Amino acid sequence: MSSRSSRRLPYLLTLPTLVLLLAALGYPVAWQLVTSLRRYGLMQQFGAPAPWVGVDNYVALVTDPSLWTVVVRSVVFCVVTALVSVVVGGLIALLMDAVPRWARLVLQVCLLVAWAMPIVAAMTVWVWLVDWRRGVLNWLLVEVGVESAYGHNWLAQPTSFFVIASAIVVWMSVPFIALSVYAGLTQLSPDVLEAAQLDGAGWFRRLRHIVLPLVAPVISIVLLLQLIWDLRVFTQIKILQDAGSVASETDLLGTYVYRLGTGTGDFGTASAVSVLMLVLTIALSWYYVRSLMAQES
Amino acid sequence: MRRHRTSRVLLSVLALVVSLVWAFPVYWMLNSAFLPNVVLQSTTPTFVPFGGSLRNFSAVVDDPAFLRALGVSLVVTLTTVVAAIVVAFFGALAISRFRFRGRSSFVLALLLIQMLPAEGLFIAQYKMMSSLGLLNHALGLAVLYTAAVVPFTIWMLRGFVAGVPAELEEAAMVDGLSRTQAFLRITFPLLAPGLVASGVYAFLQAWNEFTVALVVMTAEDSRTLPLWLRGFVQASATRETDWGQVMAASTLVAVPVIVFFLVVQGRMSSGLVGGAVKG
Repeated sequence: MSSRSSRRLPYLLTLPTLVLLLAALGYPVAWQLVTSLRRYGLMQQFGAPAPWVGVDNYVALVTDPSLWTVVVRSVVFCVVTALVSVVVGGLIALLMDAVPRWARLVLQVCLLVAWAMPIVAAMTVWVWLVDWRRGVLNWLLVEVGVESAYGHNWLAQPTSFFVIASAIVVWMSVPFIALSVYAGLTQLSPDVLEAAQLDGAGWFRRLRHIVLPLVAPVISIVLLLQLIWDLRVFTQIKILQDAGSVASETDLLGTYVYRLGTGTGDFGTASAVSVLMLVLTIALSWYYVRSLMAQES
Repeated sequence: MRRHRTSRVLLSVLALVVSLVWAFPVYWMLNSAFLPNVVLQSTTPTFVPFGGSLRNFSAVVDDPAFLRALGVSLVVTLTTVVAAIVVAFFGALAISRFRFRGRSSFVLALLLIQMLPAEGLFIAQYKMMSSLGLLNHALGLAVLYTAAVVPFTIWMLRGFVAGVPAELEEAAMVDGLSRTQAFLRITFPLLAPGLVASGVYAFLQAWNEFTVALVVMTAEDSRTLPLWLRGFVQASATRETDWGQVMAASTLVAVPVIVFFLVVQGRMSSGLVGGAVKG
């Protein structure tokens, strides 16, 4: 093989990837950027020309009250859910570290099985668990004395809808967080911890001054990933909406774009919301991607 | 010492309670799948499926809609797995065997693309597929899935390719094999575990995916398994649902995934946060 063709080889090898990504992702991103600058509604779906409107669609994100509500609601949902997931996952990791081997094994297997559940299958079970007629949740609440839970439909009011949605997302996210943080904890040197204990540092002080600083890199990465993943949350919300709640009161960014696209056909606004999601995701991902790159070289 | 032991017991009990919370939904799916609807409709739940049967499962398997969705899911998933392995393998080879201009931008682009949410793209993907006449086409969906999994698959495979020393290949070339022969006979067999792991990753993604399928597979008879499953939840909003059958359906979708997942999970999670803590 001549050195000339050998120089060309790496480019040939990346070619299939580049073609595929440009066609399936690059083109849609470009189309979205262009469409977000136009008025593109039902008329345009049927062939009317789409006029340029500059950044009007983006201005609407902030000025249109219903749109702005969805943006704020999504950000709040994302931040709260991600923080709760990381705190719960971190505590479970500490628990794994503290218990005997057999208990740790049970815990790990249960977390793995929950993590492995396909998202739609998991959502179907959750809808059944919180079902207002025969769900186990309401039965349990009545058993422990909350009589008002009998026949209560949690998905009907936006507040309880989001509490349930958030709890489900936490349930789904915690296995990954707990196992990652636990893996970080096992890297800590037992000598340091023992020395601190001999010096009289209690459990909480050891946690704060030794354990936390050392696992901080893992925690910051899982938190970042959770923020990114919880911002795009769609399947959970969509399926809970399907189970019988008012979509217009429970929309987050993903379901809102979906309704705009399939219902009113307002692709201009839908594209602007999508571009906002992409930009937020890339901004959040930057630090994570840099850390992966640094570790590679 | 005594105090120490009680706190250990308490912590173990706590660990069991946490285990129960995380395993319960999965257990509940299996439990309900074996119980007839009459039992599920009673006011007190039945916690152990004594006297259960496989009737829910046979009802699901006999449903032509299930078989159709299974067929669509199999075509989409298998196409995605094969295409992703081939494309990603070339990509991984390029970044771990060669230093070329633009290499680090290529890697950076892959990592960023891997983070892009399907939810931020699906409107445009819908539009694109519809103008290409590819809505409700299993192969069209497979192309979108392949593009979605290839970046992470390359990232995963690159470690395996780098793990096979290039010297091994060079030694074989000194012994008279061509570059291609050396690659096929020496490197390729050593890569098999990596290819299997990437294949399983692609399988899990394509088998479970919901968002893009929802947008692109609009016709009733081109539904994938997750879309078919979601149909039950939709129906439950307006009429009485046979939850036993729905749970049997969920079980059928979930079990192959749980088995596969347990096989590859170590590799996948280490790919996500690997190296964040240096020992």
